Amino acid sequence: MVRVISRRLIQLVATVLALMTLVFFWLRSLPGGPVDALLGERATPQTRELLTRALGYDQPIWVQYGRFLKNVVTGNFGNSIRTGEPVTAVIGRAFPATVELAVAAIIIAIGLGIPLGYLAARHRGRLLDNATIIVTLIGISIPIFFLGYLLKDWLTQGIHVFPPSGRISTGLDNTDVTGLFVLDGLLTREFDASADALWHLVLPAFTLATIPLAIIIRITRASVLDVLDEDYIRTADAKGLRNATIRKRHVLRNALLPVVTTIGLQTGALLAGAVLTEKVYNWGGLGTLITDSISGGRDYPVLQALILLAAVVFIVVNLVVDLSYAIIDPRVRVQ
Amino acid sequence: MSGIEALADHKRRRIEELIARTADAGGVSLVRDAGRRLLRNPTAIVGGTIIVLFLIVAIFAPLVAPHDPVQRFPELIKDLTVDTIPGATAGHPLGSDPLGRDFASRMIFGARQTLFVGVLATLIGLLLGVLLGAVAGAVGGWIDVLIMRFTDVMLALPSLLLAITLVALASRSTQWTVIIAVAVVNVPIFARLLRGSMLAQRGSDHVLAARALGVKPRNIVLRHMLPNSLTAVIVQATLTFAVAILDAAALSFLGLGDPDINRAEWGLMLGVDGVRYFEVRPELAYFPALAIIVVALGFTLLGEAIREALDPKNRR
Repeated sequence: MVRVISRRLIQLVATVLALMTLVFFWLRSLPGGPVDALLGERATPQTRELLTRALGYDQPIWVQYGRFLKNVVTGNFGNSIRTGEPVTAVIGRAFPATVELAVAAIIIAIGLGIPLGYLAARHRGRLLDNATIIVTLIGISIPIFFLGYLLKDWLTQGIHVFPPSGRISTGLDNTDVTGLFVLDGLLTREFDASADALWHLVLPAFTLATIPLAIIIRITRASVLDVLDEDYIRTADAKGLRNATIRKRHVLRNALLPVVTTIGLQTGALLAGAVLTEKVYNWGGLGTLITDSISGGRDYPVLQALILLAAVVFIVVNLVVDLSYAIIDPRVRVQ
Repeated sequence: MSGIEALADHKRRRIEELIARTADAGGVSLVRDAGRRLLRNPTAIVGGTIIVLFLIVAIFAPLVAPHDPVQRFPELIKDLTVDTIPGATAGHPLGSDPLGRDFASRMIFGARQTLFVGVLATLIGLLLGVLLGAVAGAVGGWIDVLIMRFTDVMLALPSLLLAITLVALASRSTQWTVIIAVAVVNVPIFARLLRGSMLAQRGSDHVLAARALGVKPRNIVLRHMLPNSLTAVIVQATLTFAVAILDAAALSFLGLGDPDINRAEWGLMLGVDGVRYFEVRPELAYFPALAIIVVALGFTLLGEAIREALDPKNRR
């Protein structure tokens, strides 16, 4: 186990390093380089030279690359071009918002997806199954930002059920502990703040959950169907085990392996979905930060750090998923 | 009729049925067999019909559309205000877009541009991916390791995020930036798919037979391994098309799409005007969104039906 983890960690470092190297050289291969990208085409030669020197772009590329690597390792990503703040501070502020949204979305996707997929498989070919298949197909075919606008239009404009945007009502004096507003409210016993934040969370979380939910339902259904066909299920049935036992011990346990893999892959995809969802609901997390860093004059230091963060999160989540196999599948433990 | 005769009859029928069934499938190639199963599969028929209709509209757009998609009509412009965009009128069945152009014509020509973006993004991704995958699978060794590590790096970012990054890193966005960004995202998927399939074949009997007969390695790869790997690639390409047009729409929504205001492409229409004027006239979003959903659904249905048909487990 330790060997597996350490090998994967080395892989993580190598992948991240390769990714950063690609981004580094891509940025410098642009016509005019980052300086032009920052200043635009109308900049005077003087300002261009000034910025080139200030950012160290007048030095040989290998010196720049070495310094860049050193900065990455020491966690120094420079300052945001837009706001002038350190990149780590900008990202640190936005990070909890996205974590809250993504966790809520993945809870919805797993909590609804596995039972629905299981039910669809049990009722194969019947109305529930067919309805589920159609809904999930639409779920993966709909542009989720459009779904976001639809939900917003129906549930915040027509009938005022949910707040249209933001993470918490203005004027609610909530204490910031972890940055996860729902959790903060519980920790500080400001339950009204917690409820309000939860209320704001519903629509964005559902929007973001759409694709993972649809995919988890489909994978669960297919996987349960496969397992139901297996000989050991027939054996269990034949030797007179109770249905509940068969379902829990034999069907679900074996069917969950591919589902867990999918959950890992979808968690990474949530980051991409968050970019769209956060723009629809004005959420103010990492997704918003990505959009702002691009449209507000390409804030490369922030973008670089965000790409790195996304890759690390994705790889770590999938590492955790692989490790969880050991809990679900005893065969992995033996190996 | 005695009981024994009836039993014999029943047995004979069973055997005849069995012979008919095996004879039917015995000499049939996997592809033809799959094709036949495909035609009987309602999912495939629905998906196929959607795609054929989409292709017809895209190809014959100039004949189907009532107007030029970029022409601005004075009778539509005069009714445009900050919070009204004219709806259906005589001659303009779906009304106006925010610039006084005929929305119905833009929807119809949109099929063409959407097809263009989707097909090119899929094809470029497919070609690059197949090339990388074939080289990795055929050559093996350190080249294989290198290519696979490269795909690992690309897969370390979620696909849409990678596309966003690629467009953001380009100095400015054009239609081609979008197509290439969406295409590149699919390269590692195709590469891994093809490599896996080639590796599986390297140890197979038909490759061994070809090698034993002294067929040149290059011909083994090109004539024997590649064609047999292509079915999986075709299935993936069908599914990729759906993802490609969805990704293109997402890029437009993020302001990273094609900056050409004359371009009528569904993703662009939905992501830019559709969202911006959602409060004023939601139809500007509804129609392109519906078109995207239906077409994406069509390709997904067909792709999954082909995959199911090609699965040897379903062969009888």
